[in-house]
Amino acid sequence: MEKFVRHDGLVAPLDRANVDTDQIIPKQFLKSIKRTGFGPNLFDEWRYLDEGFPGQDNSQRPLNEGFVLNQPRYQGASILLARRNFGCGSSREHAPWALMDFGFRAIIAPSFADIFYNNCFKNGLLPIVLSEDNVESLFKAVEGKEGFRITIDLDSQQVIPEAGEPLAFEIDEFRKHCLLNGLDEIGLTLNEADSIRAYEERRAEQEPWIFQ
Amino acid sequence: MAGKTLYDKLWNAHLVAEREDGSALIYIDRQIIHEVTSPQAFEGLRLAGRQPWRTSASVATIDHNVPTTPFKSAAEIKDETSRIQVQTLQDNTKEFGITEFGIGDVRQGIVHVMAPEQGAVVPGMTVVCGDSHTSTNGALACLAHGIGTSEVEHVLATQTLVAKKMKNMRVSVEGELGAGVTAKDVVLHIIGVIGTAGGTGFALEFAGSAIRSLSMEGRMTVCNMSIEAGARAGMVAVDDVTIDYVKGRPFAPKGADWDKAVEYWRSLVSDDDAVFDEDITIDAADIRPQVSWGTSPEMVISVDANLPDPAAESDEVKRSGMQRAYEYMGLKPGMPVTDIKVDRVFIGSCTNSRIEDLRAAAEVAKGRKKSDSVKQVLVVPGSGLVKQQAEQEGLDKIFVAAGFEWREPGCSMCLAMNPDRLEPGEHCASTSNRNFEGRQGNGGRTHLVSPAMAAAAAVAGHFVDIRELEPA
Ligand code: SF4
Repeated sequence: MEKFVRHDGLVAPLDRANVDTDQIIPKQFLKSIKRTGFGPNLFDEWRYLDEGFPGQDNSQRPLNEGFVLNQPRYQGASILLARRNFGCGSSREHAPWALMDFGFRAIIAPSFADIFYNNCFKNGLLPIVLSEDNVESLFKAVEGKEGFRITIDLDSQQVIPEAGEPLAFEIDEFRKHCLLNGLDEIGLTLNEADSIRAYEERRAEQEPWIFQ
Repeated sequence: MAGKTLYDKLWNAHLVAEREDGSALIYIDRQIIHEVTSPQAFEGLRLAGRQPWRTSASVATIDHNVPTTPFKSAAEIKDETSRIQVQTLQDNTKEFGITEFGIGDVRQGIVHVMAPEQGAVVPGMTVVCGDSHTSTNGALACLAHGIGTSEVEHVLATQTLVAKKMKNMRVSVEGELGAGVTAKDVVLHIIGVIGTAGGTGFALEFAGSAIRSLSMEGRMTVCNMSIEAGARAGMVAVDDVTIDYVKGRPFAPKGADWDKAVEYWRSLVSDDDAVFDEDITIDAADIRPQVSWGTSPEMVISVDANLPDPAAESDEVKRSGMQRAYEYMGLKPGMPVTDIKVDRVFIGSCTNSRIEDLRAAAEVAKGRKKSDSVKQVLVVPGSGLVKQQAEQEGLDKIFVAAGFEWREPGCSMCLAMNPDRLEPGEHCASTSNRNFEGRQGNGGRTHLVSPAMAAAAAVAGHFVDIRELEPA
C-alpha cells in the first residue's frame, strides 16, 4: 500500500450530498479484473455528456463543462472536498481505486459511508471527517479563491488550509499506523496465525459444523 | 451488568484477538464470492504467493454479469468483459479449490439468494462477501456484511478481518401490518424514517412483532436494505421461523450436530436487559405501500401521497438534493404518486427474487395483462432453484400469459451490468434496492417498490395502490 504521511494539494469542491459509488465509478467499468486504469472514468456520468463504456478513447468524448472536475481551475486537484454520506451504496473498491487513479490522495467530508471509508484505507487514500461547519467554511474558501491549497499532516492529524486555522481530525490508531508506514495488512495479520489456529480449535469443539 | 445484544454475542463469539489500539481481529466463518469483486483479490494472493486459509469456508457463484437469456458456457456471453470476469472466477475457484456454482448449475444465482438457500449460511456465523447487500444474510441471526476487495483477499488469506466494534441500534416494528403491506414496504418506510445515513456506524437489529411475523424471505428483504439505511449489517434474532428455514438444507448441520446447533442458536437473541445505543420503535399501522420517487432510497413516500415540496425542507443540503432529484427524475413536487407513468418493470434482485416474491407478483399478474404503454416487464428469479420451484407452481405460465418475460437467474436490471437495462428517461417500477442515478441504465429513472406493487404498475401502466386494485 502507498504510504500517506503529509500531503499538500489543490482542492476540488464537489457540492453534493450522498454521492454514491455508482456515481464515483459506474458499473460498466467494474468489469476490469485489474486495480488500475479507472481514473479516466471517475464520475463518468457527470464528467462526460455521452454514455461511457470500457476501452473507449476518453479524449474524444464530449465533456460536461459545468462539472467541477472539468473546470480549468481545478485541474491537478488531489484533495476532494465533499458533502455528507460520501461513498454510500455498493462495496466496490473500484471507487477508491478510481479516485486514486485520477490523482486524489485525500477526501474531506462531514461523513462517509462505512464500507467506502474502510476501503479507502486499504489503498492509501485518506478520508477525513470534519464538522459540517468546518466543511462549509472550506467550501467557501475553495470556491472563493482560485488555486486554494490544503496541507494534510497525518502524524499531527491536522488539515492546514492555506488561509485560516488548522483543523484537527480524528483517526483510528491502527489505520493511521498502517497508512504512515504503508503496511501490508495481510502480512500483519499472518503474524497472529497462532491465535487464529487456537481460535479455530476452540470453535471446532463448540460448533463443529462450521468447519465441515 | 447489562445484558448483551444479539450483535454483542455474535461479536464476542468471533473475537480472535483484541489489539491495544482498539481494533480487533474477528474470525470469518463464511465468505461468499462472485465474479466482480474477487478477481483482484485472487490476483493479490497469487502475487504474494499465498494460499487460502481454509477453502471450505468459501463458496462462489456468478450473478452480476450473467445474461438472463439461456447460455451454456462462458464463451456464449457476448459482452467481452463480462465473459472475462465469468471465466476468471471459474479459473480462480478451480486453481484455489473453492466450490463454485457456475454456469448451468441449478444452484447458481444471486449470492445472497444462493447462500441461505444452500444452508451455506446458518445462525451464529460471521458472513462476508464483496457486496454491500451481504446484510441480507443477517436475517438468519448472523453477523453479515459487505467488504471491499482488499478485505476479500484478507479473508481468503487469513480467515479473519481487522474490525472495530460497531454501535448497537434496534428498530422495532410493533403491531400488525395492514393489507397489501409487505416486508419491502416495511424496510422502505424505515429508511424514510431514519434516512440513508441513519444507520452509519451501527449494527442494526430488526425486532418487534411485525418483524417476527415475517417469513424468512421477508426478513431477508428487510435485512437486505440495511445498507440503504447506512448500516453495514442488519439482523433478526433466532426463532422457530429461522430454525425451520435452515433445517434440511444441503450445508446445514445434520444428526447430533443439528441438535447441538439448535440448542446454541436459541441463545442468539438480544437479552431482555440489553441496552442499545439507539432504539427506535415504529408503529406497523403507519406503514402503507411505498414508492420511491427520487434518487436516494430515503426519498420514498406512500403510494397514496403526493410528492413532497423541497421548499418545505429546512435542511439546505437535503433541499438541494431533492431539487436535483426532481430534475433527474423529470417529476414535479405535489403530483400524486399514482400519476407517475411506468415504462419498464423489473421484478428481481437480492431484495425480492425469492419464491415468495414471485408468488406475490404472480398473484397480481394472474388473469391480467401488461399495459400496452409498458415496454417490458422482466421477471428474474434469484437462483436456479427458485426458478425451478416457480415453474413447478406454474408461476412462469402466469407471467408469460400476462405478457411478462420469464428469465434466467442473476442480478439483471438491478444494476444493469448485463444487457437488461433502462433507456435514458425511462421510468421503472423495480423491486431492487437502489434508485441511484443511472443505476439501471444511463439516464434511467428507478422507483423502488414491492413485487406486488411492481406487478400492479405493469398492469396499469402507472403506480396504483395495491389495496385498491380492481379484481381481475
Ligand atoms: S441483485 Fe443487485 S443489489 Fe443484489 S447483489 Fe446483485 S447487483 Fe447487488
